[in-house]
Amino acid sequence: MNRYPMWKYILVLTVLLLGLVYSMPNIFGESPAVQITTTKATTKLDPAILGKIENTLKQSNIKIDAILMDSTGVKVRFEDADTQIKAKDVLKNTLGKDYVIALNLISRSPSWLTNIHARPMYLGLDLRGGVHFLLQVDMKAALDKAADRYVGDFRSSLRKERISYSGVSRDDQSIQIKFTDPKELVKAQKIISNEFPDLTLKESNNTLTATLNLQSQKRIQEFALKQNIQTLHNRINELGVAEPIIQQQGLDRVVVQLPGVQDTAKAKEILGRTATLEIRLVDEEKSDPTTLDQASKGQVPFGDEFFMDRNNQPILVKKKVELTGEYITDAGPGADQQSGRSTVNVTLDGRGARIFRQVTKDNVGKRMAILLIEKGQAEVITAPVINEEIGGGRVQISGMNNAQEATDISLLLRAGALAAPMDIIEERTVGPSMGEENIKRGMHSTLWGFAAIAVFMIIYYVIFGGISVIALGINLLLLLAILSMLQATLTLPGLAAIALTLGMAIDANVLINERIREELRSGNSAQASIHAGYDRAFDTILDSNVTTMIAGLALFMFGSGPVKGFAVVHVLGILTSMFSAVVVSRAIVNLVYGYRRKINKLAIG
Amino acid sequence: MEIFKIKKDIPFMSYGRLTTAISLITFLFAVFFLATKGLNLGVDFTGGTVVEVSYPQSADLVKVRRAVDSIGLNEATVQNFGSSHDVMIRLPLKKGVTSAQLSEQVLSALKKEDIAVEMRRVETVGAQVGQELYENGALALLLVSIGIMAYLALRFEWRFAVAAIIANMHDVIIILGFFAFFQWEFNLTVLAAILAVLGYSVNESVVVFDRVRENFRKMRKAAVVTVIDNAITRTMSRTVITHFCTQLMVLSMLLFGGETLHNFSLALTIGILFGIYSSVLVACPIALYLGVSRENLITGAEKKETINEMP
Repeated sequence: MNRYPMWKYILVLTVLLLGLVYSMPNIFGESPAVQITTTKATTKLDPAILGKIENTLKQSNIKIDAILMDSTGVKVRFEDADTQIKAKDVLKNTLGKDYVIALNLISRSPSWLTNIHARPMYLGLDLRGGVHFLLQVDMKAALDKAADRYVGDFRSSLRKERISYSGVSRDDQSIQIKFTDPKELVKAQKIISNEFPDLTLKESNNTLTATLNLQSQKRIQEFALKQNIQTLHNRINELGVAEPIIQQQGLDRVVVQLPGVQDTAKAKEILGRTATLEIRLVDEEKSDPTTLDQASKGQVPFGDEFFMDRNNQPILVKKKVELTGEYITDAGPGADQQSGRSTVNVTLDGRGARIFRQVTKDNVGKRMAILLIEKGQAEVITAPVINEEIGGGRVQISGMNNAQEATDISLLLRAGALAAPMDIIEERTVGPSMGEENIKRGMHSTLWGFAAIAVFMIIYYVIFGGISVIALGINLLLLLAILSMLQATLTLPGLAAIALTLGMAIDANVLINERIREELRSGNSAQASIHAGYDRAFDTILDSNVTTMIAGLALFMFGSGPVKGFAVVHVLGILTSMFSAVVVSRAIVNLVYGYRRKINKLAIG
Repeated sequence: MEIFKIKKDIPFMSYGRLTTAISLITFLFAVFFLATKGLNLGVDFTGGTVVEVSYPQSADLVKVRRAVDSIGLNEATVQNFGSSHDVMIRLPLKKGVTSAQLSEQVLSALKKEDIAVEMRRVETVGAQVGQELYENGALALLLVSIGIMAYLALRFEWRFAVAAIIANMHDVIIILGFFAFFQWEFNLTVLAAILAVLGYSVNESVVVFDRVRENFRKMRKAAVVTVIDNAITRTMSRTVITHFCTQLMVLSMLLFGGETLHNFSLALTIGILFGIYSSVLVACPIALYLGVSRENLITGAEKKETINEMP
């Protein structure tokens, strides 16, 4: 009656084994590492860098534990944090500004564990230290900016068509164009509705009112959010953060988590900065070989700046900026119709288009340099000769190496500036010492609590108490394994939830043990008592776990931050406790008692 | 070892009036303190900034206050936190200054006074976010209550569901009352503890109710009061042992968990103590008062079965 079929023992054993394997990486822990990635989305890491890194570190007498390269970059593992910091400095000096060197932690477990995706638990910011920002995108500003652009666009297209109007003004997101002559209004209406299909037009008292329709409003907002997230990505790369998290939250918010970042002032400054495209003229008067040669040696003529372009040709570019990326409304990769080579197609807004036309008109026959200002460094992407005046605000930038680069650069151009201002509306920063202390506190709480329960249970229920404690230990093991497998973020409230869940999970075993005692008291045989004890207690255990589960799920759905971390662990803990308290403890009891002919007395206290 | 060797059932229900009165008084006290003193809400809910710093030596609060005052933040509260080395500075929301700048200003002012200061934790919550967290918290509480009630109504009967939820809401109010009386800080972690307690002490009622149902089947002739008394007496051992174990764990958190888990474990401790009391001595009298009977619990199908079994 108290024997499991073979498959059940095998099931328990398999689960235990899996639990053991997947919780193992937590014992090996993580060791300090340095992660190397490129600063520019346009250059890819090349395997040759591995050798370079190894040599550099060897020359500086820095011992490498391991070096590996994957899609996220090169990772070099070290013995301790001191070596890690030393290595970071050395690499920063030798590799130069094209690479981001970030401090990171990587798992110390043997490779077979890593190969089956067994990783240590993912620690939240309160346990590893770092910054959490919640940013609110100012959507009204994004719409205002879009409307502002239309004001300029209207003026230029009306002027182009020689329609006389008395004024264009913006009131929130609606644009009013005033006319004196109703006939002109009709003409203007036709042109505007043709050129700007995104707008809804209304007329009254010689005034044409244009408003953004809902669809385009939504599109502008989505674009603003996407662009801001992209911009944040780029900027955070600059900080050298190993595993940043940048996520959209709701319709107008962005969560940024930077593990390990201590310099919050710098983080905040960089999140608010801009990076963009500049169009400047090449100084043709001074582009003779001698001046260029001297410029390359540092004698740059006044008002100019010296660059090496993509073909490694020296070039002198005027410091005066004709046009910036601010005027870019869109950028996308494309191909040149004649040569078939990759290009980036940039769309300028009305004002940008006007400036661009003027610049090209005044400088036919000269070269125009297109500079990408990325992370405070300018690079000349291309410097084509202006053949003719270019109107319409569509600019094709050639000189891309390949389609991938065109895509990357378009992305960067789009992401160059923030589409709408952002405010930090929530910030949580945890210092590194605090993180370590929190881990220690959580672990001590769990271990001492566990020990106290174990001592009590064994005194109170003797053998059955011992079995309950083993089941509780297995519960802890399985919970850790599942948390590691899911890579759910473990926070301090999560650690508290582990402790609390263990404290609550013992309930199931207490219920069972009490039931067995009761059955024994009413004069049943030992085997029958065990059987009835487990059987009858099960309904109660199920009921009480469901109610706890309801609370856990509601916490998960509505909780944020610490509450969510608590809820995840709590819910998972309830699930594992059901298994360990009922199935696993029964398996042990069955193994101990199920195969005996005669039991004189159950050791249940 | 066995502590509870009770031969006879304890007539819990005959103390019904007494226990309900005790509950009512504590409950009213809790409501009174909540109304007069109110909760000491943390930055999570009110919005504002908390900066926690630590010094290698004992912190000089006067100096810290001077540094904070020097940047014109007179409304800031400065106090020791945990140990004499740690200082917590709470800053209310201020219009015009983004809170992100605020914490930087405070830290640099503190560095000017004493370079050895170490930033431990900065928390800044905007007013809007605070409001949302507050609303979501209330919503979670409501949803948990409804969910648990629905489950109990389905599994048992509406009378039990109502009794259990009243008993547990009474726990929640009493925990809140304690927090109001002692002006302990009420933050998101404490809210998590309260919701966990809600789920946990419903367990207690479930265990007793389960036994009541079982007894209705077994003790065919017994009066409802006798059935309930027997159910409570027989589950008492389990109740006390389980709560004792959970409390051991919570105690361990209270001792080793540090400041962050301090209020969390306090809320749990109060919740566990009152949970034992209320789920047994409040829930059962209410269920009785609402008129639970054998017929409520044993469904038609089961009744037929039992009739067939009898020769």
